[in-house]
Amino acid sequence: MAWTRKDLLTMRELDPGEIQLLVETAASLEEIATRDIKKVPALRGKTVVNLFYEASTRTRTSFEIAGKWLSADVINFSASGSSAGKGESFLDTAKTIGAMSPDVVVVRHSSAGAAALLARELTCSIVNAGDGAHEHPTQALLDLLTIREKKGHFDGLSVAIVGDVAHSRVARSNIHAMKKLGMTVTVAGPPTLIPPNVQELGVKVSYRLDDAIRDVDVIMMLRLQHERMAGGLIPSLREYSRYWGLTLDKLSAQARPDVLIMHPGPVNRGVELSPEVADGPYSVILDQVTKGVAVRMGVLFLLAGSRGGSPA
Amino acid sequence: MTMTTSAVFARAGGTIVIRGGRVLDPSTALDATQDVLIVDGAIRELGPALPAPDGASVIDATGKVVCPGFIDMHVHLREPGLEYKETVATGTRAAAAGGFTAVCCMANTSPVNDNRSITDYILAKARTEGAVRVYPIGAVTRGLEGKALAELAELAEAGCVAFSDDGKPVMNAALYRRAMEYTLPFGAPVVSHAEDLHLAEGGAMNEGVVSTELGLPAASAAAEDVMVARDILLAELTGAHLHIAHISTAGAIRLVREARARGVHVTCEVTPHHLVLTDEQVRTYDPNVKMSPPLRTRRDTDALGEALADGTIDCIATDHAPHALSDKEGEFDRAAFGIVGLETAVPVLLDRLVRPGVLSLSTLVARLTTGPARLLNLPGGSLARGRPGDLSILDVDRELTIDPTRFLSRSRNTPFGGWSVTGGPWMTIVNGHVVWQAQ
Repeated sequence: MAWTRKDLLTMRELDPGEIQLLVETAASLEEIATRDIKKVPALRGKTVVNLFYEASTRTRTSFEIAGKWLSADVINFSASGSSAGKGESFLDTAKTIGAMSPDVVVVRHSSAGAAALLARELTCSIVNAGDGAHEHPTQALLDLLTIREKKGHFDGLSVAIVGDVAHSRVARSNIHAMKKLGMTVTVAGPPTLIPPNVQELGVKVSYRLDDAIRDVDVIMMLRLQHERMAGGLIPSLREYSRYWGLTLDKLSAQARPDVLIMHPGPVNRGVELSPEVADGPYSVILDQVTKGVAVRMGVLFLLAGSRGGSPA
Repeated sequence: MTMTTSAVFARAGGTIVIRGGRVLDPSTALDATQDVLIVDGAIRELGPALPAPDGASVIDATGKVVCPGFIDMHVHLREPGLEYKETVATGTRAAAAGGFTAVCCMANTSPVNDNRSITDYILAKARTEGAVRVYPIGAVTRGLEGKALAELAELAEAGCVAFSDDGKPVMNAALYRRAMEYTLPFGAPVVSHAEDLHLAEGGAMNEGVVSTELGLPAASAAAEDVMVARDILLAELTGAHLHIAHISTAGAIRLVREARARGVHVTCEVTPHHLVLTDEQVRTYDPNVKMSPPLRTRRDTDALGEALADGTIDCIATDHAPHALSDKEGEFDRAAFGIVGLETAVPVLLDRLVRPGVLSLSTLVARLTTGPARLLNLPGGSLARGRPGDLSILDVDRELTIDPTRFLSRSRNTPFGGWSVTGGPWMTIVNGHVVWQAQ
């Protein structure tokens, strides 16, 4: 199977074969991280621009590292300290960068649809690094790569995605990807944080943490944004943490002994995850970060690398 | 197309004979091939083979459908203050090109039409530069701020035919009740943009499975339904005439039906886009499918179509909302609400509702003529003797592709660009003068 798309915008539009290809490609690049000299020439002469309109630590850094390990020239743009701060529109800024002939633009923006907008307007490849509450496909891919390493397969696995599903692009990308790969997905949280009609995406809904995490293979905890309280969606962090925070007690009472605890980061320690769980034996949170670099190398290679060649 | 160089109202009423068309006038239940004679800008006579008076223009309308001039009771002409989006001159030309001979313009100009001087200004512009009749709608509250009543009696005296804070619902129910009571003597409805601001807060599209997939902030249909219910209760309390603007949900239709059955004086309008498009269109993230109220679901469009056919919905209005490209490009959630509608309404409705048999041609014409004319007490909307010499002549077989670059409106924000449709306006006559004709 060969990659044929110009852009990586959503998991929703990919077919299972494409998802597998992305995961396999990432897996084949993982060993670069273990080398003494972490550099391969796959993207020499290619230019990758990180266009970040939202704060980001792990995503932006891992795209930068991924590009550099593949020998691409990587340029970081952030909205502060640029013409965007002078009132230039997103579209104008993007077209300006597009006019400098990059091969790939990696975009993070608070508006859903921002990556699709760039894909329409620019001729280079676009990677969606998170658009509003829409999708974050490379996060789903690194989650999948982590799951595959720990479980060996996807088909038949069960996953609980817990927390602020309504505002989570991570949840949406994972729901689409996991369903396509034959996994069973339950979303769980207080009803105010569960998006309307989400069952129509083929997931189960649970309003009780104990029920949601019982006997699943993977528990994916989502970050609770503090502004959700201002919006009246939850009464207090205290109450949220009491009913929806994952603690060792709840885990040992309900979960399988081989469950994986995942979190896209950054973690609110003591809110959605107790420190004992975040740092405990079930947690694969740092594995996810490591896989993130491999996934982004894979994505950049498939979009910008020479067709049919071997990356490493 | 041809266009009168000077405004139609700067001249005396014209004398013109329209020969051989199928004359369709719902106000008199007329549907027959006849001639129409307009003398000095007023309907004089309908009948076979009418003699043309000296100096009369003669139009051969064989094969065309001759209707009373269409009335759009919900447009934004943007003047004064927002002339970069639209003006009275460009907006009324767009109206003429869309088959409309009269428009009602909403009050959210800058400054707001909340006092007589603004109404006078709009009417003066219409007299000197307008291509069709303009009936202003006055603000309910000063500055559309929802805090204090505008000078409603003077606005009515100046020529406002209804009152609305369109775009900004009056959240204070007590104040809205007072507005309904105060305007009772004027015989002009209060027009409600029914949207609970708390329920709708932040919403850029309809709430449902599509918004869930797209990750866009969304407002529930309940934001509209709650307000329609409130306003119906206030109309029942006060005895006022309540008109619901751009009704868009199955729930609101049910509320209006129930209220009418109880005898509450409530009327409503629907837009072409709410009839033929659904929230599925938002999947493109094209800002030209962003409007308030948002595109709803198939269940809603079905309910709207049924209500339009059975008369629960009184009229079709476009909510023509011109915006410059700079307001309608880029990120969906940051784009302005609203689309232009004057030049697409009739072609889209002929093609998508009349042609497939969802709506009869005579019902469509009724909802564009008698519907708005009766609820606003306007002189048009009928070909009875003595009525204004305003005609909308259709070519229901004309094939056209909607091309926004050729709009006469100053703005291009339409979701219908590129649509191939069959049927559209052929000629528009106002005050006995041809103000637009298809090429």
